[in-house]
Amino acid sequence: MLLDVENLSKSYDGPAGRVPVLSGVSLRINAGETLALTGESGSGKSTLLHLIGGLDQADSGRIVFDGEDIAALDDRARAALRRQKIGIIFQQFNLIPSLTVEQNILFQARLAGREAASDASSISAALGLTEQLEKYPEQLSGGQQQRVAIARTLVARPKMILADEPTGNLDEETATVVMEQLRSLVDKAGTALILVTHSPALASRMAHQRHLSHGRIS
Amino acid sequence: MIGVTAAALWSYWRRNPLQLLTMIAGLALATALWSGVQALNAEARASYAAAAAVVGEGRYDQLLPRVGDRIAQDSFVALRRAGWPVGPVLEGRLDLPEGEVLLLGIDPLTMPAGTGAAAQAATVPFARFLSGDVVLAHPDDAASLASVVSADVIPNADITQGTALADIGLAQTLLQKPKQLSRLVVAANLPLRLPPISDVAPDLILQPAQAGSDTAQLTDSFHLNLTAFGILSFAVGIFIVYGAVGLAFEQRRAMVRALRTMGLSMRFLMTMLIAEIGLISLFSGLIGVVLGYVLAASLLPDVAATLRGLYGAQVAGTLQLHPSWWLSSLGIALLGGAAAAASAVWRMSRLPLRTGRDPQVWAMQTARGWRVQSVVAVLLLIVAAVFVLQGGSLFMGFGAVAALLLGAALGLPPLLAATLRFAEGQAKGAVAQWFWADTRQQLPRLGLSMMALLLAITANIGVSTMVSSFRLTFIDFLDQRLFAEVYVSTETEAQAAAIEALADDGVTALPLLSVETRIGAQRADLYGARVGPVYAENWQFLAQDGIVWPRVAAGEAAIINEQLARRADLWPGDKIAITADLALPVAGVVGDYGNPIGQIIIGDDIFQTLHPTAKPNQFGVLGGGADVLTQRLQSELGLAPAQMIDQTALKATSLAVFERTFTVTAALNLLTLAVAGAAILLSLLTMASMRVPQLAAVWALGITRQQLGRLELARAAVLAALTLVLALPLGLMLAYLLLSVINVEAFGWQLPMFLFPTDYAVLGLVSVIAALLAALWPAVRLARTAPARFLQVFSNEA
Repeated sequence: MLLDVENLSKSYDGPAGRVPVLSGVSLRINAGETLALTGESGSGKSTLLHLIGGLDQADSGRIVFDGEDIAALDDRARAALRRQKIGIIFQQFNLIPSLTVEQNILFQARLAGREAASDASSISAALGLTEQLEKYPEQLSGGQQQRVAIARTLVARPKMILADEPTGNLDEETATVVMEQLRSLVDKAGTALILVTHSPALASRMAHQRHLSHGRIS
Repeated sequence: MIGVTAAALWSYWRRNPLQLLTMIAGLALATALWSGVQALNAEARASYAAAAAVVGEGRYDQLLPRVGDRIAQDSFVALRRAGWPVGPVLEGRLDLPEGEVLLLGIDPLTMPAGTGAAAQAATVPFARFLSGDVVLAHPDDAASLASVVSADVIPNADITQGTALADIGLAQTLLQKPKQLSRLVVAANLPLRLPPISDVAPDLILQPAQAGSDTAQLTDSFHLNLTAFGILSFAVGIFIVYGAVGLAFEQRRAMVRALRTMGLSMRFLMTMLIAEIGLISLFSGLIGVVLGYVLAASLLPDVAATLRGLYGAQVAGTLQLHPSWWLSSLGIALLGGAAAAASAVWRMSRLPLRTGRDPQVWAMQTARGWRVQSVVAVLLLIVAAVFVLQGGSLFMGFGAVAALLLGAALGLPPLLAATLRFAEGQAKGAVAQWFWADTRQQLPRLGLSMMALLLAITANIGVSTMVSSFRLTFIDFLDQRLFAEVYVSTETEAQAAAIEALADDGVTALPLLSVETRIGAQRADLYGARVGPVYAENWQFLAQDGIVWPRVAAGEAAIINEQLARRADLWPGDKIAITADLALPVAGVVGDYGNPIGQIIIGDDIFQTLHPTAKPNQFGVLGGGADVLTQRLQSELGLAPAQMIDQTALKATSLAVFERTFTVTAALNLLTLAVAGAAILLSLLTMASMRVPQLAAVWALGITRQQLGRLELARAAVLAALTLVLALPLGLMLAYLLLSVINVEAFGWQLPMFLFPTDYAVLGLVSVIAALLAALWPAVRLARTAPARFLQVFSNEA
């Protein structure tokens, strides 16, 4: 078992008191598996992903990833986990504007202390980025920027990728191509993938699908 | 429509109070430093003008002695008889229990009616003033003056502090100068067919109106230095405002675009934005005026002491709030706001209706503009070099300084960018690589504060090098000039003779003889020196023609100081006219630091021939050490301790005057550095919210918030250190310009330049610490940023 989420709850302060976002959510995923999380806006999909990625802390419950309870880790250890074992792909790409495409792609792998030049080269080629390596993110289209974000995550060789609406800012055609490439590379690397999406079509391409509604999973 | 639009535009400042604070603080600080310095200058000049107005200086022609400082009363009588409408003036210092007062004696019957003295004399009945029974004085001096004169002292607030006014007869008695006058004021409307002055009074020379008062001329260079500081500080403040306004306008592009799509014209929006800048500038200006007043009031005592010590100029110790001053300060705040906002307004006016760009893109575009900036910087540095090579005037000197500083400031961001790019290329780890790249990306915004820091450090290095070089040279000069062990003031001719008689008893007593004189239209001091081995052993010449002292002793040559040499262009070998009938070759030129007045030294025999009435009442005495001499002079000659000053005390007094000047300089130095520190702090705080998305991405990839905070501190330190590397040579160039170009033009002497590596190291450390302190709060805030703040960046859900 790579990830075991048990009875996870999270709420936020709202104008009328605490607003529950997740209530007793549990899910499991094995190494190399893919899982789609669907749900309406505000159902808690992104919150769940942030908790699994160690970006946020749950009110209660357990997240055991690769044998470690993420909820019990401090800020520093959670940061180390993200550097070494978890890759996150965001809807807004979150590239570093001051670094070139090539530097962005290598960035997380280098943070993790991995030599990744050959991986970067092959993954960039697979994603059609070879011609863009010297450019800066602002010089790329949205689709190209998301490919760079995917390449950055894959080159770091994480055990699990969390993708939060990765094609939400892309047109349908580009979204399809980008997802195909992501799926193909994930399969090839044997990396687990949790995909948060609104799109039933994208969700259907994952091995497992779970639906979140009002903070509860089904 | 105006109200709704104003509310919409204002909502931006409401949501970004820090940016508003930055702008107000920058403009207020700039205005404060500018207006503070202007207030100091205005106050001092008002004091000179008030003193000068008493005798109509500047407004009326005056007759002055061609040689020496006294006019015989007979010359006045001869001129009146010949039909010349002249009024006599006698001026001199009168000792008071505490300090002294400048006593002006006038004749109200012949004094031109437009002079302040005539108006003030008219405040008491004519007959009473003429009776010689009345002295008018400033209320602050009246009580003290009343204790030393028998006449009635009438307080009069219109009279300048430190000045008193009396009938000429009474003044001659009080100053013990019977039948002597200092100058003659010539009425504005002269009768036709007057005989030439050269026929009636050949010993007098005419100084035309508007030639300015001596005091104003002497102190001009001091005020010029203060003004230069004011301008520099203002420029530093405007850098802050420029950054804040630029960012605010860029971030409001979307709002302006939206308002335009809702039917508001660009012209209307521009008018609203300009009005908004105007109001903020006015508000900041008001704060600046208050701060400027506080600054000026706190520095005025030191400035007044410096002016009094250096030039004998009396400046009132309290600051007046002149309307012209605060109005001009508000004007300069508006001008500064307009200058800082001009380019942002222009760019906004060209905003297309349908495209959008975020601030980061603006930053990138600004970086592209650096190429142009680099070219302008190089051109300015060339202009500076041309000004230095051409030289020849104070304008050229200050022009060179301005071009050098502006050129270097404009060249700083491109230079920093190139250095950071190099460092990025050398970086090994991912964090290091991101650090350098990210630092380079922040340059368009941080560059402005770094330019401010560069100017501040440069000014510090330049001015402190000048001041310390001055100090070192001055101490050497004092050691050279204050060769006597004890300086004695005698009260009677018997005491003077007794001191001269000590020479037979193993003691050297050198009389210090001097009179005021004029070389052309310039005031100068003529000294008579009893030449002996002491002078030859202690004095060093900047330039000399063969053997000096023996020729001076024989009455065959004169020594002049550097000021006179430069002003009159007289150098060893040239002849100087001591009187109308006597011209002597210049044998040597001596350095005479801190003295703005020309000086001529001749042998005491020839001096006595020219001025037989001048008796020595001061002596430099050597032999046996200061303590032994003091005791001997007290026991054998009955001198009072107050009549003797040992060399150490005199040196300390002289140095104290200069320390006052340094205090003013150091305070302004510190303030400039503080403003630069504020620029960094405000830039970092302003940038903090803009940088959240970039930092969130890095944080999500596994760099902790604490690490980000530490890197923020490191960024400030690195940029400050790099700026320092450029500021050091730049500061030394500034020092060179101040010492070798501006000093020569302003003061009339050249100073050797010394280097002070320890001082520079301390200044460097202080600058880096200032940058670190400025970055500390933003760094702590970053390290404590709640993860939720970063998570907002990734949130796709409502």
